[in-house]
Amino acid sequence: MIIPRNGVIDYATALGDDALLAAQRMGEWIAAAPQIEEDVAIGNIALDLLGQARSLLSYAGSLEDPVRTEDDLAYFRDEREFLNVQLVQRPWSGSGERDFGVLVARMLLFATYQRALYAALATSTDETLAGVAGKAVKEVDYHRDHATMWTLRLGDGTDESHDRIQAALDAEWRYVAELFENDFVDPALVESGAAVDPATLRDGFDRRISEVLAEATLTVPEVAPAVTGGRRGLHSTSMGYLLAEMQHLARSHPGVSW
Amino acid sequence: MVTVRSAAPPVEQAWAAAAAVLDPEVPVLTIEDLGILRDVQVDDDDQRTVRVTVTPTYSGCPAMDAISEDVRSALLDAGFDNVCVAFVLSPPWTTDWISEEGRRKLEEFGIAPPGRARQDGVTALSLTVRCPQCGSPDTRELSRFGSTACKALWVCQACQEPFDHFKSI
Repeated sequence: MIIPRNGVIDYATALGDDALLAAQRMGEWIAAAPQIEEDVAIGNIALDLLGQARSLLSYAGSLEDPVRTEDDLAYFRDEREFLNVQLVQRPWSGSGERDFGVLVARMLLFATYQRALYAALATSTDETLAGVAGKAVKEVDYHRDHATMWTLRLGDGTDESHDRIQAALDAEWRYVAELFENDFVDPALVESGAAVDPATLRDGFDRRISEVLAEATLTVPEVAPAVTGGRRGLHSTSMGYLLAEMQHLARSHPGVSW
Repeated sequence: MVTVRSAAPPVEQAWAAAAAVLDPEVPVLTIEDLGILRDVQVDDDDQRTVRVTVTPTYSGCPAMDAISEDVRSALLDAGFDNVCVAFVLSPPWTTDWISEEGRRKLEEFGIAPPGRARQDGVTALSLTVRCPQCGSPDTRELSRFGSTACKALWVCQACQEPFDHFKSI
């Protein structure tokens, strides 16, 4: 079966953008976490995600005509060309002080999703995607463990920590459904075994999350999904500010190296 | 022009040169000890052209550029003219590829070597991580993420010293 090339470009770009934007947003916590060990942990997790983004975007760019590099894709695309889900790039707080609970909740949701995705993608018929996923699955396994440990600690901690992590989960949960939307994936790509249909990952995700939340004395949120559109390049206001910060150096000084 | 000096076959000379390159983040280990040097091939037609294949420990390992440069210099010094360093992700690196010699060097350097790698999401239980300073098994994990992607931070309850543990992956 032939793997459709344009389908692979979009698919690898979307997964790469998820990892890239998650890494960039997580970086805001470095030197601002509640413990120095956590600063280090977040730095390491964001670095793993950045590495995954580099592999995926390099691959997507190599298939384009003319080819683009990972830096072209990260620094010189505009907002509407990014295909990431909205979950990963939301700001840590709408107003006021950012909450560590939001970081933990989002990390739990995103790492649980990524763990399932990469485990399935590791047997992709596309050798490059299989290679990236086979490597990444071992990394996100550690991320998921880390987020699980914090969820248990906060959920089953004090009344204050319990209420805050629950509130964070309720807010983040509105963006979970978008992780499993599959209309951006070329059906021929799934059929050829190159891509994973994200919808097939939902049951395993729900099972795992409900186990963790039950143990943490938390409840699975029942909230309506947000109106999204990240996979079509529709993002929220915060995206522009994030890109401005991420892209500014490369755009103000084209060709700069450091 | 530099001529290849010794009488060993070029591919063996090339391997020896690449294998001696030290990992920049754990500079007691060579890239061969670490198990990230995957392949060395010398061109059949041009014996001064060599291709070296390396795999990263983690996707985001920031040392890969430095390793690539170090491998290139080592091979140029060994008399090769055209050096290509390629990276592959598959099969994915595992700490099980660290050699016995590498594990011994890690311990001497004060880094507790890894236990067996985790299989398919199931954490392989290591009964204890021994303190590389005093040898006590009475240790505990402080943080699963340490000074570099491949290490976790532990502390010894006997001698009170913190230490790095090369985590299984």
